[in-house]
Amino acid sequence: MVNVEAILQGDRRALAQLLTLVENDDPRGAEALDQLFPHTGKAHLVGITGSPGTGKSSLANQLAKVYRKPGDGSAPRRVAVVAVDPSSPFTGGAILGDRVRMRDLSGDPGVFIRSMASRGALGGIARATAAVVQVLDAAGYEMILIETVGAGQTEVDIAKLAHTTIVVEAPGLGDDIQAIKAGILEIADILVVNKADLPGAENTMRALRASLELAHPVRHLDSLKAGHAGSMKTTDISQAEDDLWLPPILLTESPRAVGIVEVTQAIARHADYLHRSGEWEQREQNRLRSELDALIQAQLVARWRNSVPPSAYDQALEALYNHQISPQQAAGNLVKEQ
Amino acid sequence: MAERKIRVLVAKPGLDGHDRGAKVIARALRDAGMEVIYTGLRQTPEMVAEAALDEDVDVVGLSILSGAHMALVPKIMDLLREKGLNKVHVFVGGIIPENDVAELLKCGVNAVYGPGTPTTQVVEDIQVAVLGVHA
Repeated sequence: MVNVEAILQGDRRALAQLLTLVENDDPRGAEALDQLFPHTGKAHLVGITGSPGTGKSSLANQLAKVYRKPGDGSAPRRVAVVAVDPSSPFTGGAILGDRVRMRDLSGDPGVFIRSMASRGALGGIARATAAVVQVLDAAGYEMILIETVGAGQTEVDIAKLAHTTIVVEAPGLGDDIQAIKAGILEIADILVVNKADLPGAENTMRALRASLELAHPVRHLDSLKAGHAGSMKTTDISQAEDDLWLPPILLTESPRAVGIVEVTQAIARHADYLHRSGEWEQREQNRLRSELDALIQAQLVARWRNSVPPSAYDQALEALYNHQISPQQAAGNLVKEQ
Repeated sequence: MAERKIRVLVAKPGLDGHDRGAKVIARALRDAGMEVIYTGLRQTPEMVAEAALDEDVDVVGLSILSGAHMALVPKIMDLLREKGLNKVHVFVGGIIPENDVAELLKCGVNAVYGPGTPTTQVVEDIQVAVLGVHA
């Protein structure tokens, strides 16, 4: 039996151990999740996604630092970071290297960093990431940053999990056509162009802005003016729109912590928008529905697997290989078996 | 229940900047199906212990080529014990003089690997220690 009380009281070791149980699909983990569920729903879940090498971990590190030391008089918030890295499709192993970028956060009891391997999931996060996030939410972490596998264009599962999804770009990774392709840009609530000191940052911003304009043709977006000597204005008209959220495009340089406070402000504005517009509720409900459907599916398959003798399955396969029955017929027969 | 993965923390404590060995080990463990939390250079003993706790690792691997092992390793072992992480399998690799090996083992390190140790040895020792079986 997992000591759920201990976790609610802030026992770090119990928390870390429960995360492992949950990740491994251990029934004790599921049981603990049942008890912890009433304590969830308080955290703001922020997804950070984008191509490999754009600086997601570095950004997460800097964002966490601001949440811990707000500098605007507001109270520090407890931050959890869940960093997902890809598992080898051949060996099943993984190198989880995101902590390397977050050394500034070590020693702070208000920060919890957990690395996860994707374990074969293809959407950018692991299957257990949602459950891990729930545990951290119940344990009292108010901001939960979820850093996805360095994603390409279709790893968009994070959008179903997070309230706010940040897509991180870097200069020089593609042109205008690249920017308008479907996929990852569609899920962005906030766009960040990191490594803004590199040449091409301007062009990247322009391409992204053009892409947004195509998506929202009736809106007039302010033109971007590059600042002199370090000051940079960014495109952000979301404040003017109460009924619609247009993703702001923000420039950052993670290592020098340039532009980071602006990102936290955009995150806060997005949270306000979600609450005001009722979308927060909507996303929560969508998330819970997805999770319910996934669990039902998993349980039904498990139940079926237990009810069908392996020989029946093998016989169906044999008949299928010999082209005596079609795949549909084979499936129909097997599912009827119970 | 999903398949159990062995989680390993690989860290370079102290000021030693030679990380090729650590990376070679990390790769080997990954290729053996383990999940390796690679924390990189300049880790303090506190950082190693904190990561071991939060990541709930089965194994901690320390790479030290700077000669500072007697200053760093006992401290790390103390911190691990303090945090209740007594069952974690700890191995040390790098440049460790023969005379110091016994000392390290005495303070709780499970294995010390000198240069040239086959990575298969490291993998096997971990699998035996964590899973109790020869894989």
